[in-house]
Amino acid sequence: MAVMQMKRINICAMKKNRKAILERLQELGAMELDIRLENDSGYERQDASGSKAAFEKQAQTADRALEILQDYVPEKAGILSSLVGKPLVGREAFEGAAANQVDYMATANRIVSLERQLAEKKASILKAQMQMESLTPWLSLTVPLDYEGTRFTKVMIGTMAAGMDLEKVHALLAWEAPEADVPEADVHIVFADRDYSYLAVICLNRDAQTVETALCAGGFARPSLFTHRVPAECHDALAKEIADAQEEVERLEKEIRDCAGSREDLRVISDYYRVRADKYEFLGQIPQTKTTFALSGYIPAAVVESVAREFSEEFDADIEVEEIGGQEEAPILLRNHKFSQSVEDIVASFGLPRKGEIDPTTVTSIFYVFLFGLMLSDAAYGIIISLACGVMLHKFPRMSEGMKRSIRLFFWCGLSTLFWGVMFGGYFGDLLTVVGRTFFGVEFTVPALWFAPLNEPMRLLLYSLLFGVIHMFTGLALRGYTCLRDQRYLDFFCDCVLWFMFLLGLLGMLLPTELFAGIVGQQIAFPAAVSTGARCFAVIGAVGILFMEGRDKQNPAVRIALGAYGLYGITGWLSDILSYSRLLALGLATGVIAQVVNQMGSMAGGGIVGALVFILVFLIGHSFNLAINLLGAYVHTNRLQYVEFFGKFYEGGGRAFAPFRFKTKYVDIKEENNLC
Amino acid sequence: MLASISGNGWALIGAALAVALAGCGSAVGVGIAGQAASGVVTEDPDKFARVLIMQLLPDTQGIYGLLVSFIVLSKIGLLGGGMGDLEAGDGLMILAACLPIALAGLVSAIYQGRTSAAAIGIIAKKPDQFGRAMLFPAMVETYAILSLLISILAVTSL
Repeated sequence: MAVMQMKRINICAMKKNRKAILERLQELGAMELDIRLENDSGYERQDASGSKAAFEKQAQTADRALEILQDYVPEKAGILSSLVGKPLVGREAFEGAAANQVDYMATANRIVSLERQLAEKKASILKAQMQMESLTPWLSLTVPLDYEGTRFTKVMIGTMAAGMDLEKVHALLAWEAPEADVPEADVHIVFADRDYSYLAVICLNRDAQTVETALCAGGFARPSLFTHRVPAECHDALAKEIADAQEEVERLEKEIRDCAGSREDLRVISDYYRVRADKYEFLGQIPQTKTTFALSGYIPAAVVESVAREFSEEFDADIEVEEIGGQEEAPILLRNHKFSQSVEDIVASFGLPRKGEIDPTTVTSIFYVFLFGLMLSDAAYGIIISLACGVMLHKFPRMSEGMKRSIRLFFWCGLSTLFWGVMFGGYFGDLLTVVGRTFFGVEFTVPALWFAPLNEPMRLLLYSLLFGVIHMFTGLALRGYTCLRDQRYLDFFCDCVLWFMFLLGLLGMLLPTELFAGIVGQQIAFPAAVSTGARCFAVIGAVGILFMEGRDKQNPAVRIALGAYGLYGITGWLSDILSYSRLLALGLATGVIAQVVNQMGSMAGGGIVGALVFILVFLIGHSFNLAINLLGAYVHTNRLQYVEFFGKFYEGGGRAFAPFRFKTKYVDIKEENNLC
Repeated sequence: MLASISGNGWALIGAALAVALAGCGSAVGVGIAGQAASGVVTEDPDKFARVLIMQLLPDTQGIYGLLVSFIVLSKIGLLGGGMGDLEAGDGLMILAACLPIALAGLVSAIYQGRTSAAAIGIIAKKPDQFGRAMLFPAMVETYAILSLLISILAVTSL
């Protein structure tokens, strides 16, 4: 349970060591840059944006090449591929990539340019295909489409609306002709389809004007396609062009596929450029003089000693380590042992601790696993979850840290589910009972180690509320602990002790009442001393809260009003406690739905067919139930932590520690001497 | 006419209301959230798993309805045979016990669906806020859970 203590480190060194220092810092990944200069004069900042952009561009080219490879030579990705994680690359190999960067980038550029050529070829194929299509109706024409005619005749080639036959064309000519002498024209219908009639009209030169006018009036249009060749010839030429292009496409594709072997190299080089780009971004932020440069930033106190020693010995740097100023909000890095680590992400997604707040991770992790198991509470489901998570953790050791933490969390939650399942006697609901009854004709039940919730729901409800009270009292106690740690004794007394007295007193008064007895079905009798004590506690607590809640206000009326409002907060406690009834509801939901599934499965009766039906229903039904209730348990455990528990003592809002480090996309770089 | 309905009839009506109304609510809720989820996945298929979880949040009411209805059915002996004769008054009591989850399930599932759709909007823009985004729909569900609790307690102790 700890927020790592941070220090400020100031490094000043000669420029000749700049590269080495920056690279070492990046390798260590232990410092977050935070430059605060009172006076900027005398320093200048190097403009590194050009180099940064150049490296980023290289990285993008490599990424693009990888994407292309993925398109043409897809790498098989299973369902579990997201668990595999990034491959580990030694520091040597990573630096080695730098030596070969020219070759690697040549490959990347070649892949990108091949892809561009490929796209061009494909576009030209498409264009040729469209031309061929528009040529098809004209295939029987033996003159080129732009044929104008002979010395005495004029030829007009074009399309008209569908349904134009010889008769109609002639009628059109006759109709349009101004005088009695209808122009002579030889009309050929070359082709006709649903949309157009394709015509070739030949007439004498002297009639050309008239014929053309007449035809145009009828909607005659010249073809949009112009070639000087006969359509059939042109068609063949296009077909050949397409075939050639097709061959070229295949060649290019093969060439791209041949590059698949360099995928690994491209990944490494892409990450190499990414890391370099980060370094230049960093470089652009640090103040420099002609011969020196300076750095300042946050570093975990645990490693500051060794870093300081190393830098002053190896690089002749002037190191200064300071405490972090009172006003500064240091970035937050949590450090917990393995079990609690798994809920760090859940805490972080609510908010990291602010300055002065404690890290709630450890306490949260215990309650998280406890409550999760209580909500799911089925031994068989617990085993399945734990086994699945255990196998994943074992089989994919290189999965990302975040994923590893989540899976580890579910592993523990699975164990807790198993525990509660045994306590409540749930093994796939009542599977054994149903199977015994349906297939073997035996009646037996697996007894619950503690009690069966469906038979005694009130009992579990009371326990749920009790767990809730413990959970929230822990939260209140943590608030008290924070006050004590910061030596705010008045706050400790008012916000923690008074509330404890008030709440415990009220509980002590509630337990022996008739009302409570009516719910539980059992009268609880306290000795008189305890009852009186409870009453005193409640009254002292209430009066204390009434006067102390608004203690920072001078005006007595306002102070009392605030106190009354504080007392009203008891309703919040009531609803928070009732909120824990979801432990019972969700636990019952898992058990009852499992029973429904078993019952449905057993409806086909015994025998072979019955067994087959049962297995089918069992598989589908229980997978569904497990999935839905897993989701429910996850959501509602989070809610209980965030709202009921954190609400008592924790606000969050800290900033995560973001050190200068290797930020890679494809590979992890093996840290040879990591201090953090 | 109402007097001619037997106790078992009333109880069955209760079971039917619990599963049907809560189921309708969940259908609407999951539907609303699903539309928003599909929109996000069109833009960014990588968010599929996260928005799917959000879409599934309003489906629990339907399950709660099923749960209560199942308890009622097994209580009146419809499942597993041997349905006894129930007094009309007892049947009505079972019907009344089913109402909380039926009604609160219906309404809360619809509103949870809307909240889920909004939370899916959060994920579309800020995927790292998944934990917080999930809380808003979870708040709505509280009331379905409280109703479920009362329905279960009432049915089992009748």
